[in-house]
Amino acid sequence: MRSLIKHIVKRFAYSLFTIFLIATITFFLMNLVPGGPFLSEKNLSPQITEVMNDKYGLNEPVIIQYKNYMIKLAQGDLGVSIINKGRDINDIIYEKFLISAKVGFITIVLAITIGIAMGVVAAISKGKLVDRLLTIFSTLGMAVPNFVIATALLIIFGVKLRILPTYGLSSSAHFILPVLTLAFYPMAYIARLLRTTMLDVLDQDYIRTARSKGLSEFQVLVKHGLRNAITPIITYLGPMIAYILTGSFVVEKIFSIPGLGGEFIGSINGRDYPMIMGTTIFLATIMVSMNFIVDILYKVIDPRIELN
Amino acid sequence: MELQQDQEKLMHKNPFSFQLNSDDFLPAKSNEDLVREYKKTSYWNEIFHSFLKKKVALIAFVVIVFVFFLAFTIPLFYEYSYDQQIRGSENLRPFEYSEQELNLKSQGETVVPHLLGTDTLGRDVFIRVLMGTRISLIVGIVASIIVLVIGAIYGSIAGFFGGKLDLIMMRIVDVIYTVPDILIIILLSVSLREPLNVLYEKNLFFSQLEVLGPGLTSIFITFSLLYWVGMARIIRAQVVMLKEQEYIIAAKALGASNTRIITKHLLPNLIGTIIVTTTLQIPTAIFTESFLSFIGLGVAAPMPSLGSLAADAMGGINSYTYRLIAPTVAISVIILSFNLFGDGLQEVFDPKLKEKR
Repeated sequence: MRSLIKHIVKRFAYSLFTIFLIATITFFLMNLVPGGPFLSEKNLSPQITEVMNDKYGLNEPVIIQYKNYMIKLAQGDLGVSIINKGRDINDIIYEKFLISAKVGFITIVLAITIGIAMGVVAAISKGKLVDRLLTIFSTLGMAVPNFVIATALLIIFGVKLRILPTYGLSSSAHFILPVLTLAFYPMAYIARLLRTTMLDVLDQDYIRTARSKGLSEFQVLVKHGLRNAITPIITYLGPMIAYILTGSFVVEKIFSIPGLGGEFIGSINGRDYPMIMGTTIFLATIMVSMNFIVDILYKVIDPRIELN
Repeated sequence: MELQQDQEKLMHKNPFSFQLNSDDFLPAKSNEDLVREYKKTSYWNEIFHSFLKKKVALIAFVVIVFVFFLAFTIPLFYEYSYDQQIRGSENLRPFEYSEQELNLKSQGETVVPHLLGTDTLGRDVFIRVLMGTRISLIVGIVASIIVLVIGAIYGSIAGFFGGKLDLIMMRIVDVIYTVPDILIIILLSVSLREPLNVLYEKNLFFSQLEVLGPGLTSIFITFSLLYWVGMARIIRAQVVMLKEQEYIIAAKALGASNTRIITKHLLPNLIGTIIVTTTLQIPTAIFTESFLSFIGLGVAAPMPSLGSLAADAMGGINSYTYRLIAPTVAISVIILSFNLFGDGLQEVFDPKLKEKR
């Protein structure tokens, strides 16, 4: 228990340091770009640029700007968007993230349930046709980039068959294609991972004991098999969240979803530096804290893992 | 009978015992093979032969070679170039000819058909897909070599010397490992583009690399900054494991120098891991490049990339659906082949792995 607490504190410090590092990298990278955000609008007179730079504190030395930004960041203030007529970045992120989170949450639930089901079915029918088909499916699912899946789904269901909506998120039917696109890779990955660990577990002595005790096959598989095979899936939760967040950049662009991913790409193309920084730091914080939680969860669930 | 059993037991217990096995002294029969000849095979020969048995990986390898061949030879002699805009031939369907091309044809001249049609600017899609494939392959291989060099050197130094140096070096790796890579890659591609543009315009050395352009250069820089950590971890773990092996300890005891141990004992044992990890790095790099190009951050126009071609085709998805098919199929086939090829190599170099699966 004591070593666990020590471990938690250590991981927490690590995570904080990583977020700080990312914020620093982000800040200096954004300042590396010559010209600044008002360069793209060519018809601005030098005076106006000067006033704008003054207003947003862009005339100060970089190190002072950095200090100011970090102080504000520590208070949870990400600053003001330049392109979006001076709206608070916190507000924009909050509003857009709710939309992305909805899609992301459904994706996670779908990927985990279907992925686990596929993995178990593949493991118990090892070497049979079902197993082969599922293996082919998961190999394909892991090799095809998400924008390819998105465009394929879009062409089949949106353009050719015209049975599913492809624009926006106004009804529940609108969720189907984006969620399917995002869930494809994690589903394939979980299925493949679970098949391997499940086969390992089903070879163990306690499974034979459970069978000889006369337990039903379902009980053997779920209570004794799945429960022991599922821990590696937990480690995948962190990378999965990261995958879904970055995948949302593409998916929200393709399906015109007004979420954070699309907003991020928009802010990159519009050179909205505070917005780019804010979104990066926000997304990085989510990913890093997810990894932190998963890391702790993993140790709590499976005490056999040595704390190191 | 009992005596014989005891004798056998003894033989097994102590192979160097002076007691002789009476079976060895039976007279030979005429049909017995007295000398068994084994073919002498080198390590690489063995690897090669067991690879030939992996059918899926072999097919994947053939596909990769074929794609390479297409992407690097056809553009050399093809009628159209990837940035050539043919006026009046915009938005042609596959094998369709524009009016002026039909005129030329009726005059008896040979007009090369547009296998995949033309895009909105009148550029031949077929050659653009091939050039995009070429870019993907270059990115995949160059990026993986960068990752290999940095990761292998870093990992082997940390693993070989161990101690405090190892601790510090691996802490740095841990921190970079927790950084969400795609976000930093996006940031770097955004912020490096302008400075690199300036460099390309002014600097003589960089203008020699014009083929790459600032987009690709920033992709390579991001890869060399971030992606090597995975390789470094794998190599370090291998080196640490190998270091404890008896033959290395024996070599040390015999007074072999560090250089000798590294070149004669460590590297030959690492080579399998290095080849497999590098091969599996290629599809990741290609994947990342196409992702960046798709969201508009990869190669600079007019240079095509499979990702940017797909993004361009998204614009006309309702009327020109077929334009999406070629780049997306190409990217999927390339990534899938490299994955399957890498998996096959892994099984060949590490046969124990298959038992685990």
